[in-house]
Amino acid sequence: MGLSHVPSVGPVVDRGRQAEPAWKPLFDAYVPVREWLQKLKPDVAIVVYNDHGADFTFDKYPTFALGAADRYGIADEGFGTRALPEVPGDAEFSIHLCESLIAQEFDLTVCQEMGVEHGFLVPMNLCFPHGPSGWPVRCVPLQVNVVQHPLPTARRCYRLGQALRRAVESHAGDLKVAILGTGGMSHQLQGKRFGYMNEAFDQWFLDRLEQDPEALVEITHHRIMEEAGAEAVELIMWLTMRGALPLSAKRVHRHYYAPMTTGMGLITFEG
Amino acid sequence: MGISIKEIPETTIFDLRLSRRGWRLNKMCAALCAPAEREAFKRDEEAFMTRFSLSEQEKTLIRNRDFQGLIEAGTNIYFLLKIGAATGTSLYRMGAQMRGESYEQFLATRNIKGAV
Repeated sequence: MGLSHVPSVGPVVDRGRQAEPAWKPLFDAYVPVREWLQKLKPDVAIVVYNDHGADFTFDKYPTFALGAADRYGIADEGFGTRALPEVPGDAEFSIHLCESLIAQEFDLTVCQEMGVEHGFLVPMNLCFPHGPSGWPVRCVPLQVNVVQHPLPTARRCYRLGQALRRAVESHAGDLKVAILGTGGMSHQLQGKRFGYMNEAFDQWFLDRLEQDPEALVEITHHRIMEEAGAEAVELIMWLTMRGALPLSAKRVHRHYYAPMTTGMGLITFEG
Repeated sequence: MGISIKEIPETTIFDLRLSRRGWRLNKMCAALCAPAEREAFKRDEEAFMTRFSLSEQEKTLIRNRDFQGLIEAGTNIYFLLKIGAATGTSLYRMGAQMRGESYEQFLATRNIKGAV
């Protein structure tokens, strides 16, 4: 799945405002996605996301950081800690991913303690809502530097996805694995261009992601930032998701909604 | 071989050079992730800024709630939002100021302004 992780979705969920006219189009788009996920019943979700200064700060800033814990706490990113249950991890599976990825020359930072915030939690709210007994899926957080340049290239993110697929396939267990690439789409949150969006770019990106991801990986950070806003560069995380899927993966859902300052995209694949 | 990103008009690109410039500011903002630190900031902003060794120029930007100035001084936008939370200034209000507009003028430019 590829989807945006707009922070304002969190309080809307927490206050039960999903049916308000301004928000309904977004939440309605996820109804069939959740039905689809309930049928597929993944055991583990790998969530490719970025932290926003809640758990990772610039004293040490990894390019790729993978969680290897049995639980992940809810982090306070400055607005207070949301009343959400801890996120269950799968440390054994994470360790296997680390072993495989590092053997494939992806030299990750491995985190045995990680707090997650909106970059991770908003996609979870939308796709895997929690109930009284917690979240319905175990998770592996994969944090990517999309904030402090130099960033990993789009191609590098895609190749990480390909390596993740090989890692998952080499796991001895019989796990069903979902992967979520989060962030974007077009948005810029500073300067005179604050609030800039570009639906034409976003639709083009979704088309290419579907039909020709191997050409899309040639895209530069500069082009994404120029055409879709500086903060849209988060979209490189969607390429990790796409790299983990076969080229022939079938697109299942697609949606786009841009009410305020961010093009909120959604795309799902099976394969 | 260093490759820096080409400039983009009306856009600040947060790279390592800018991150070094904003080091103290981002350190201070990161502290605001703890509720007790948010209270300390609200109680005595001046003492809080001094504790994080902000320069006089940096302090002035915060006193004036000059959000674009803070971005240009190296505050990362996601860290700046923590000052927004501590001072009751939403992202959209910060954005309106950066665009040189009132909040109402900014809202009028949006597709669905109820989605706040």
